[in-house]
Amino acid sequence: MAHTAEHKDDGAVKEIWKVTGILTLLTLIELGLGFWMMKVDAPGTRLGIKGFIVILMLVKAFYIVGYFMHLKHEVKNLIMTIVVPLALFVWFIIAFLYEGNSYKNLRDTYDPYKKAQNEIKVEKKEGHGKTHGAEEKHKAVE
Amino acid sequence: MSTTVALPTKLWNGGKSPFQVEYGKLMMWYFLMSDAFTFGAFLISYGTIRFSSTGWPDPNEVFQSFPGLGSGYPLMFVSLMTFILIISSVTMVLAVHAGHKMDKKGVVTNLILTIIGGAAFLGCQAWEWTHLHEEGAWWGLNPFLNADDTQSSTNFTNYFFTITGFHGFHVLSGVVINIVMLIMTLTDTFEKRGHYLMIEKAGLYWHFVDLVWVFVFTCFYLI
Repeated sequence: MAHTAEHKDDGAVKEIWKVTGILTLLTLIELGLGFWMMKVDAPGTRLGIKGFIVILMLVKAFYIVGYFMHLKHEVKNLIMTIVVPLALFVWFIIAFLYEGNSYKNLRDTYDPYKKAQNEIKVEKKEGHGKTHGAEEKHKAVE
Repeated sequence: MSTTVALPTKLWNGGKSPFQVEYGKLMMWYFLMSDAFTFGAFLISYGTIRFSSTGWPDPNEVFQSFPGLGSGYPLMFVSLMTFILIISSVTMVLAVHAGHKMDKKGVVTNLILTIIGGAAFLGCQAWEWTHLHEEGAWWGLNPFLNADDTQSSTNFTNYFFTITGFHGFHVLSGVVINIVMLIMTLTDTFEKRGHYLMIEKAGLYWHFVDLVWVFVFTCFYLI
């Protein structure tokens, strides 16, 4: 804040390009993970990759809000009035995703007809895509 | 940044903005915060339904077409859209920065680039929607199967078109706002006013649109 005008100017443009580089890099890593995930079938590994992609997404959000939207350089009071209410999302996400998952588990446990319906394979019109992990489930229905 | 002064010890004594930003910018921040909750609610609703479903279509099988190349290119088209939006966000920052320096030419150039980027993104989205519609996908219609070849519900397409549509509508508004900013710059409105703070507010909105795309892109195409 106490720099001279010219110094600040150079720094600002430099910072813009630095953040651009970081965002591009993060996006490329995300895409790389996405391409890798197409070849992975193990549910645990897939979940891990997805978790990592979500972390990268949050890092990208931080750079956009902090630098492009300049929030990082605002007064602390302002940062707090914006960021603190958004903390509600922590509860919001956990509660609702847990609820959705719980609903699925309850239905799978107490509604065997629906569960069987959900496991019926449909003939594909075009022959692309993979059917890994499908065989075992199919046997379970039979 | 006309208010860049040494931080006083008592911000709340009155006489000046305790946030050291002008009123319009502060309100833009609060609007964007409320908009973040709207998008958050949409995406969390999508997540809840996805978590409660036994199967879900594989995005790499659904979104795998590229204009002029045909199908079999998962992630490619959406990567292009993502980079278009990131680059337009960068030109917007540069426009805001040029505004700080009262550099009218810089503002005009970068605003035009931002508008082109926004229009390009909207064009991409229009192509993707048209393509999906031709494949038989729309609100209430889902031709795609789940990743494990079981029957899929229409939740997938409903959420996809609603959320990307809502985001696309934001992009459209952003482009319109940027065009208004461009006209105001060209007619010297900001020169007469003595500052380009309005560009900053439009910039905040535009970056928010980019920010939302980061989440939409991750939630619909990547995971």
